[in-house]
Amino acid sequence: MSSLSSARLRRSIALHLFLTPLALIWLFPLWMMVVFSTMPDNGIFSPGIELLPHGNFVDNFNNLQRDTNFVGAIGISVSVAVTYTFLSVLLTSMAGWALARYQFFGKGVVVAIIFGTITLPYAVVLIPQFIMVARDFQLANTWVALIVPPLFNSLGVLFMRQSFSMMPDDLFDAARVEGVKEWRIFVFVALPLARPMLAALAIILFLASWNNYLWPLLINSQPGAMTAPVALGTLIGLTKVSWGGIMAGAVMLTVPMLIVFVLLQRHFIAGIAAGAVK
Amino acid sequence: MRNRNATAYRFLTPYLLIFAIFWVWPIISSFIISFQATRTVPWRFAPSFNWGRLIGDPAFFNALKNTLLILVIQVPVMIALAMVMAVLLNSPLLKARGLYRFAFFAPVVVGEVAYSAVFRLMFSLDFGIVNKLLNSIGLPKIDWFSNVTPAMALIMIAVTWRWAGYNAIILLAGMQSIPEDVYEAATLDRVSKLKQFFYITLPLLKPVIVFCLVLSIIGTMQLFTEPFLITERGGPGGGTETLGLLLYRQGFRSLNFGYASAVAYTMAGLAIAITLLQLWLTREKQ
Repeated sequence: MSSLSSARLRRSIALHLFLTPLALIWLFPLWMMVVFSTMPDNGIFSPGIELLPHGNFVDNFNNLQRDTNFVGAIGISVSVAVTYTFLSVLLTSMAGWALARYQFFGKGVVVAIIFGTITLPYAVVLIPQFIMVARDFQLANTWVALIVPPLFNSLGVLFMRQSFSMMPDDLFDAARVEGVKEWRIFVFVALPLARPMLAALAIILFLASWNNYLWPLLINSQPGAMTAPVALGTLIGLTKVSWGGIMAGAVMLTVPMLIVFVLLQRHFIAGIAAGAVK
Repeated sequence: MRNRNATAYRFLTPYLLIFAIFWVWPIISSFIISFQATRTVPWRFAPSFNWGRLIGDPAFFNALKNTLLILVIQVPVMIALAMVMAVLLNSPLLKARGLYRFAFFAPVVVGEVAYSAVFRLMFSLDFGIVNKLLNSIGLPKIDWFSNVTPAMALIMIAVTWRWAGYNAIILLAGMQSIPEDVYEAATLDRVSKLKQFFYITLPLLKPVIVFCLVLSIIGTMQLFTEPFLITERGGPGGGTETLGLLLYRQGFRSLNFGYASAVAYTMAGLAIAITLLQLWLTREKQ
């Protein structure tokens, strides 16, 4: 017995000896993001090795705000992400409900189109979307342009369809016998039951909107209409720019999400893992 | 299940409208645009205009080559690494599991712009922390941005850092859905942990691994932000230009929508081929 447990101990030590350096390497870029955001620019571009935070975050943030209106951009990003998440959860759970719980004309076609096109790269629709929104609808540099086109995302539909179809029939049938209308069953019975799935979906959608870069870069390119990642991206590569400021912006984009991740880890992981269980 | 057309479509219509306008129609439209000459007013139908140019365009083949090179090297390395992470995070011997999970999963929430900025700073020639650390252990500095090979390596390192944990989450979920008693039986029969991994975990996990591969290939195929921001518009000299970047330059810098659509459909063609391969690989054996 003791030889068995000492073998386990040796295996456990080997495991930690391997995994700890790997974990430190993985944390290193995030750690350096924080360190850089607290260093003065001449400190970032000095020959010494600096691995600990300094006290310059506020100055860096002021430099960032001088280079671009980052606070305004954060405001746009937050509003867009909140609205997008709400609308997308609403639309995809309604669609998922219909696909899971009703038999109707054309259902096979709808499901086939959603499944059949899900692995097509987003790049395929980029140009027609841009032409449509910018030229045909004249909506470039508006909130609508940031919020509405990305609502096409169908992963949420499949996720909610899966969630609703796993719920037992008698639950809903009991309400139907009472004469409860279908939309009330959806709102007051199905949605509350699906709360954990809705939370997972909402987190993933919020994150996707918060970090979205390519579409906002193309469609909202005017300074006053940019989202925070786009505003930050315009600074990268400029010659006269405060890198401490860029890092302060990166920290402001990243740290809130890391906190949400730590607090809601279970939902987060459920949302990502759900992509695999189609 | 109840057969109710009106009710079903009342729930479905808001989403279907958006889906049709911003996904289904653009897929068709993009295909049509790729056969049009779009820099004349009005656009005219010219079947070989863009596609003919594409097959003779060195810039296209450069971008295709770079994209495939990144695919072939980065995706397998990342999936293998994700597998190692998932197996070790799943080990009952691991203490402080939460800390390790945080370390590997945290990059999943980091936006492309934020992490591109950090990587750019970390790898800069004279003041980058990576070169300083290489120097301090007696290794020469690497000029990550002026030479093609290190620049490509940098892109692959960055993408791997960002996405390995994401794949590890999916693989870990897959592993945890394998019933415990399979392993218990194997342990009773004195099958070593290593053999259990190769003869139980890997075969049962094959659909999940293939899913991760497909997801990663399609993601990497569209790589845009990293070569756009980290290596400065695909530098040095187009050395890290990808199909995603070529599409951006053609579509939104040169406003050549027809040609950019042809590039986009090349990516779609690759994606369709990969998806069919996935279906074939994970088909049910008779």
